[in-house]
Amino acid sequence: MADLESSFNQLTEMGESISTLLRELVAHLRESRTQLRQEWARRITEAKLLTAMSADEVFNEATAVYDQYVEALETGTFEALQTYARNLSERIIPRGVEIHEVVGIVLLLRDVLARSLFAKFQGDFGKLNRILDAYEPAANRIANTVAVGFVQERERIIREQQEAIRELSTPVLQVRERLLILPIIGVIDPHRARQLTEQLLRGIRTNRAKVVVIDITGVAAMDSNIANHIVQTVEASRLLGATVIVTGLSPEIAQTLVNIGVDLGKMTTVGDLQGGIEEAERLLGYKVVPTEEQTQQA
Amino acid sequence: MAVPILKQGQYLIATIQSALSDVDLTHLQDALVGQVGKLRSRGVIVDVTALDVMDSYASRTLRDLAHMIRLRGAETVIVGIQPEVAFSMVQLGLTLEGVSTALDLEEALLHLGQKTKRPQQRDKPS
Repeated sequence: MADLESSFNQLTEMGESISTLLRELVAHLRESRTQLRQEWARRITEAKLLTAMSADEVFNEATAVYDQYVEALETGTFEALQTYARNLSERIIPRGVEIHEVVGIVLLLRDVLARSLFAKFQGDFGKLNRILDAYEPAANRIANTVAVGFVQERERIIREQQEAIRELSTPVLQVRERLLILPIIGVIDPHRARQLTEQLLRGIRTNRAKVVVIDITGVAAMDSNIANHIVQTVEASRLLGATVIVTGLSPEIAQTLVNIGVDLGKMTTVGDLQGGIEEAERLLGYKVVPTEEQTQQA
Repeated sequence: MAVPILKQGQYLIATIQSALSDVDLTHLQDALVGQVGKLRSRGVIVDVTALDVMDSYASRTLRDLAHMIRLRGAETVIVGIQPEVAFSMVQLGLTLEGVSTALDLEEALLHLGQKTKRPQQRDKPS
């Protein structure tokens, strides 16, 4: 029991001493703010980090990061720093700042501050050790927070762009009354295939289409899943009352489709987009006549 | 719930208004196949716009219905299948093979008009 009590006391003492040490540390960092900040900015330039930003900008950001850093050390809360890191990332990512630069500058700051602590407490190794015990975990956590913030921001941007590309990747275009074209370019993955089908079926509905031309000239390769998906799309379109013409099958795709034995009996295929549109016009009862001929006929 | 069957000129129009039980479907089938002969109809339109699910029984019944009506001398058009329904049907392999489909009632009437044109003309005294 006595043992427990004494160790508990020790713990509280330690807890107290860590917070006292941190307070002392923060006071020291506030005191030498100007000098340390300059030292840090110098080391950043020296290490050729953040080359996308001007010296002034680097200095301004350095000041802000320094203050946030000290505050995080003082309060032990990281929310403010997290928000700041995310904002900073939002600003600097479009300018091409890389993750190694961001991690690099935060680690540099850690080193600069640690050096200054060495310098200040070099007379008393015991104290230096205790100060570092308090400083290191907090500093590491800060570095972690900033790096994670940066990566999250970047992932968010990537997700947004993926979304945008997906939206753009499957246009359903109306070329004539009741005639839609769906040009497909690039790789079709299952997700895109499904989206494609959805957009096409919805397009048939809203445009009251009777004929749809799916042009796959821009598709380099196709596996059996995707081929089946296209066959299914053709069938589903038929259920909505539309005829589908597939155009632009490359020789490779034609060979693959025959080799894997996809049932193409239900699909109308035409060599190229022009032929497809002509066929569609025929189905819709259009006849394209050169203007001269037309006037002669009239 | 029974499905109302409307007579419009030479055509019969059945609009399904809510989800149907298997029994309702069979009733609809019997009624349509019977009425086609009685009213001497040339075409039948089944509107399924209100259905947001189509199971295998329903789609098989519709297919059989269309085939039976063809045997009775008329054409069938299924109308208004929802995009989502269409795709899930195809994924389940229910493709209503041999059955005409159209986007909506207007399309179906046009389609039937084209398909039943010749007999109509023949009916007219020359």
